[in-house]
Amino acid sequence: MSISDRVIAIIAEQAVLEPSDVTPDSTLEDLGIDSLGLVESIFAIEEEFDITVPFNANEPTASDFDISNVAAIITGIEKLVSEKV
Amino acid sequence: MKRVVITGAGTINSLGHSVPDTLEAMREGRCGISELEFRDVDRLSIKIGGQVRKFEAEGRFNRQQMTLYDRFTQFTLTAAKEAVDQSGIVFSGDTAARSGVVLGTAGGGVSTWDDNYRSVYEDGKNRVHPFVVPKLMNNAAASHVSMEHNLKGPSFTVSTACASSNHAMAQAFQMVRSGVAPAMVTGGSESMLCFGGVKAWEGLRVMSKDACRPFSANRNGMVQGEGAGVFVFEEYENARARGADILCEVVGFAMSSDASDIVMPSKQGAARAMAGALSDARLNASDVGYINAHGTGTAANDKTECAAVADVFGPHADDLMISSTKSMHGHLIGGTGAVELLACIMALRDGVIAPTIGYEEPDPECALDVVPNEAREARVDVALSNAFAFGGLNAVLALKRM
Repeated sequence: MSISDRVIAIIAEQAVLEPSDVTPDSTLEDLGIDSLGLVESIFAIEEEFDITVPFNANEPTASDFDISNVAAIITGIEKLVSEKV
Repeated sequence: MKRVVITGAGTINSLGHSVPDTLEAMREGRCGISELEFRDVDRLSIKIGGQVRKFEAEGRFNRQQMTLYDRFTQFTLTAAKEAVDQSGIVFSGDTAARSGVVLGTAGGGVSTWDDNYRSVYEDGKNRVHPFVVPKLMNNAAASHVSMEHNLKGPSFTVSTACASSNHAMAQAFQMVRSGVAPAMVTGGSESMLCFGGVKAWEGLRVMSKDACRPFSANRNGMVQGEGAGVFVFEEYENARARGADILCEVVGFAMSSDASDIVMPSKQGAARAMAGALSDARLNASDVGYINAHGTGTAANDKTECAAVADVFGPHADDLMISSTKSMHGHLIGGTGAVELLACIMALRDGVIAPTIGYEEPDPECALDVVPNEAREARVDVALSNAFAFGGLNAVLALKRM
């Protein structure tokens, strides 16, 4: 499975949707994922890829990790995975 | 109904090991938050907290006591001794039989859990000390205070996360006001600053890595603290008859539940608790001069709390002062309301308003007088102390100058 498919599978599970219902331009809000759901998704992604995502719920836009939609999240994860030593 | 007054106060926290030291630090706007020091801190991403320094349990407690006292119990006993000593109350005879101790803590003996899990899981040991359970239980501190001070009346521990000590003090207040108890020892304590305690909070992604800046537009989360605050609540006529020095009067309280979300705060729940405390105390909103805010420094709490204050106080919200001393001592979780009550007492008794330090940028969503960075002199007749817990459980106390 590609990184993209794996991220979508995690987000779909959190949103209780089929992966096919999660499109790159979906926002988390569209998918019904609230702030707790977001923190849980990030935890699941960190575990899946053994990476650390710089995310503070108080300032979600402060780090360069973009959560504006699914495509942005996938791009961010791909970058973090590629940077992994 | 009886009138209820506070005749003794005690504390230990990152600002000081006593009430005078803590109030001096609050007056000076000192910050007790610094780099954490304990085992495995390098494995944390959050490395700051309001840690109690230079507290030597050895010498203060004997060897037998040390095997039974978790750090949260040590803090509680230290603060309780200061409070009872100051009060001058003697718990004997009927007073002892009817007076009790109600304390708040969220985690109880967290470092005892942590040390012993480490021992059996990481070190592979298969035997733990026989007193692990009586040391870690949430009511251990209340029980030891009862034994130390001969309190034989209603005694228990309240655990409502960040509102624990406010709920505890509200219970104690009710008992004295209703005549069930002539006096109660009450407050709360917390000691979660160990690897497991901070690691758990780290997971929620609401912690700041650099500072607690309540109400500031650039706030980025909460910072944990540790310590205890303990008070003697006493029936007014008794206190007066024995010539006690009365610190202030407790005039009302309210509790409410948001019944909505396990972590996100609710404006309505907070507003109902503040309005309820005023109504219980038979006060008008315009009587309140100072609010010690819950003010955690998270994005969600501070704007919600300010909106709730605006709802309850209307135009008077712009005239009152509201500050968060968590900026100095950190968030003591289940003990926080007790340490913060000291700021209310200082406002009422000394006319000094503790500041919100670390304040850097105004936030239009927190547009109240948050007493930024420097303490202020002002006469205050009535103060509120807010606590809004995870789980949506709120408790607010109303205090009055004597």
